[in-house]
Amino acid sequence: MFRPEDYDIPNTDIAWCPGCGNFGIIRALKTALAQLNIPPQKVVIVSGIGQAAKTPQYVKAHMFNGLHGRSLPAAVAIKMVNPELVVIAESGDGCTYGEGGNHFIHTIRRNPDITNIVHNNQIYGLTKGQASPTTPRGQVTTLQIDGVYVDPFNPIAVAVALDASFVARTFSGYLDLTIEIFKQAIQHRGYALVDVFQPCVSFNKVNTYEWYRQNTYILPDSYDPTDRELAFKVASETGKFALGIIYKNPNKPIFEEQLIPYRNDKTPVALRGLEV
Amino acid sequence: MQPLEEVSVLISGAAGQGIQTVEQVLTAIVKDSDLYVFATKEYMSRVRGGNNSTTLRISCKPVYANIDRVDLLLVLNENAIERHRWRMTPSTIVLGEEKFVRDEPNHVVVEFSKLAESFGNKIYANSVAIGVLAGIMNLDVEAVSKNIERYFSGKSKQLVDANVSSALKGYEIGRSLGLKLELRRCEEVKGKRLLNGSLAVALGAVAGGCNFVSSYPMSPSTAVFTELAKLAREHGIIVEQAEDEIAAANMVIAAWYAGARGLVTTSGGGFALMCEAISLAGMIETPIVVHLGQRPGPATGLPTRTEQADLNLVLYAGHGEFPRVVYAPGSIEEAYELTARAFNVADKFQIPVFVLTDQYLLDSYYLVGELKSVPVERYIVKTDSNYRRYEVTEDGISPRGIPGYGEGLVRVDSDEHDEFGHITESALVRRTMVEKRLKKMKKIIEESVPPKFSGPDDYETLIVSWGSTYLIVEEALKLLNEPRIAHLHFSQVYPVPPVARTYFERARRTIFIEQNATGQFANLIKQTFCIDTSEKILKYDGFPYSVEQIVKAVREKLGV
Ligand SMILES: Cc1ncc(C[n+]2csc(CCOP(=O)(O)OP(=O)(O)O)c2C)c(N)n1
Ligand code: SF4
Repeated sequence: MFRPEDYDIPNTDIAWCPGCGNFGIIRALKTALAQLNIPPQKVVIVSGIGQAAKTPQYVKAHMFNGLHGRSLPAAVAIKMVNPELVVIAESGDGCTYGEGGNHFIHTIRRNPDITNIVHNNQIYGLTKGQASPTTPRGQVTTLQIDGVYVDPFNPIAVAVALDASFVARTFSGYLDLTIEIFKQAIQHRGYALVDVFQPCVSFNKVNTYEWYRQNTYILPDSYDPTDRELAFKVASETGKFALGIIYKNPNKPIFEEQLIPYRNDKTPVALRGLEV
Repeated sequence: MQPLEEVSVLISGAAGQGIQTVEQVLTAIVKDSDLYVFATKEYMSRVRGGNNSTTLRISCKPVYANIDRVDLLLVLNENAIERHRWRMTPSTIVLGEEKFVRDEPNHVVVEFSKLAESFGNKIYANSVAIGVLAGIMNLDVEAVSKNIERYFSGKSKQLVDANVSSALKGYEIGRSLGLKLELRRCEEVKGKRLLNGSLAVALGAVAGGCNFVSSYPMSPSTAVFTELAKLAREHGIIVEQAEDEIAAANMVIAAWYAGARGLVTTSGGGFALMCEAISLAGMIETPIVVHLGQRPGPATGLPTRTEQADLNLVLYAGHGEFPRVVYAPGSIEEAYELTARAFNVADKFQIPVFVLTDQYLLDSYYLVGELKSVPVERYIVKTDSNYRRYEVTEDGISPRGIPGYGEGLVRVDSDEHDEFGHITESALVRRTMVEKRLKKMKKIIEESVPPKFSGPDDYETLIVSWGSTYLIVEEALKLLNEPRIAHLHFSQVYPVPPVARTYFERARRTIFIEQNATGQFANLIKQTFCIDTSEKILKYDGFPYSVEQIVKAVREKLGV
């Protein structure tokens, strides 16, 4: 059995601010991988650019730390050429929903068997506090000096609208919930979006730990995530944000399984012709 | 009457009239009749109307280049003649329906549509035309029915039969016209294969072990994408139409990272979007092969025309400094070989490799002999638990592992990184890594494809070309037959092979021929060798050079 420490990289200088919500996410990720007993050699963490995108720097696994907004096309391609790998795309809200918005839409359409963890701190961290696509209307930043003029992007509603096969939201302050959701997302066959509320203690003075605790609620056990209409309702709620698995469609075909080279031979394209 | 050596046939009509069908079927019939053929098309950026054309050189001798001269003009719509009048000679025969051709001195009337209607539908007019042309040149009648059948295979038997009957009727009419445009046959053609540039690039990719292609459609590179899709089943290729070029390039890089051999095929406008990904490949030392089919820019430019103006784009694409290789095939054979080679070179040096073609090369057909075999060289290592992706080595090339093959972890980072791929801001590591990446250039240069030289050794004037103009210039210089002119052609344009220097040093005069307005390659040579490259013959109207145009331009330059 693996332990969370088995995914630690010794002697790393972690470049996150003390108290940052990212610490909770990385702990949950390592714990989820350990509990699922997945060896580091089987995991590829793909990220874009930003504070969140540094996550794979601190996890012992394969790493593809690419370009701002481009984690999803890279993750999909890696899964295509080697479906045996556990592929996790992990980046910030700006990276995934802003710079990478087009890829977000089309990756959902493809439905590859990957997990997409989005660190949603509702702000740009690495570039020091500009609005992100999820910053609420009216919030003042160093750049949006009169407050943000537009409504925030709603990733959950978009994912449900596109019939994504697994849509969840959690809060990095709730470790057990996050671990559980990560485990389910990784085990889910198909594209799994996990939007994680993550306080940025340096640049987002509005959406603090306390704010997330007060403005979220955990979906009850009786909630049926396969009910799409209900999921829409939950996704569109104003007021408190729901946490948990909001939507699930387990009946969608898996992208890479349909590719021509896998119709008669399951050997990963990447490994064909190599001596094993 | 003596059989002719060569007939040049121009087929001209509106988009949507099936000129490409005529081109495709007729080139195959010509080949099956033991004759050489060269065909190249030009078309407008529209789906219906306008005027498109294809020129076929049919010959008992090898033909490889575009010419202006037209011996036989097949007219399919009202503006076909005017657009091509400048290419006609006093003896050009104009063939078509009466309403289109009656004012021409050398005209021959054939009512294609009416004939087609007698077989049930006007849409068979193309088959009638194919038959008429084949009959005029006394091509093999069996080849006519065979190739029509093949083209329409998959359609209903009734449709196939009607097309064959229409073509055979056309053939009979063609024979009866008494036009004496018959050609001597040539047995050696039997061993050859009809290929166009797009298929050559696609087959080259397959030969290079390509098993992943992701792209976004853009003329004229899309044909390479569709050809690879057709080859996907047989060769186990993953084919994905990305949501945009940015995704396509990032996918291909990540596919290589994970162990595939990936290609992205695009044109200048699409490639512009990929520049950031090229830097990523440079930084994470992950191979990528890019096929860029050039068309005139800037922006959307002339979407269906030809140009050689994206050399600077690929030379300088991406921010920061890292090595790359740029090939520019001069022929269909080279399009095949260099594309295959691109995969090995990208893999070996872990760099971006470009295959720079253009609309002219991609859309031209001719007969090729046996294609050179290029063995697939793979450089992937099985990793151990101490694996360092960016191990600093003597030549700068670190052993490349892939995830899931061996015990090691393969960690790549677009940030500057240490040997393990771990992010760093150390000045020392930065210097070491910059030098490590650039060090590869030494070996890359050693493995350059040398330029091809033709002509007398004691030349005074050196004509320099690169990319797709090669065979046009070769034929033009043969025609010119000047004892003091030689030709140097580059199919590896970057890094400039160092052996080229001696050719320049021996020349009294150097003239660059390029299809762009600023002489991009001449400028690169100037920068490389610090020599005078001011004499240039340039064309940038979107249409390919012809043999005649090169002859004329060189004559004017040299006063011969
Ligand atoms: C193409 C490109 N544009 C801009 C940047 C600069 N940049 C780096 S991180 C970032 C924003 C990151 O925000 P987010 O994804 O929300 O991540 P966070 O830092 O908040 O975790 C930007 C704009 C970049 N690296 N590349
Ligand atoms: S800037 Fe914000 S997101 Fe980045 S480490 Fe600091 S607290 Fe975390």
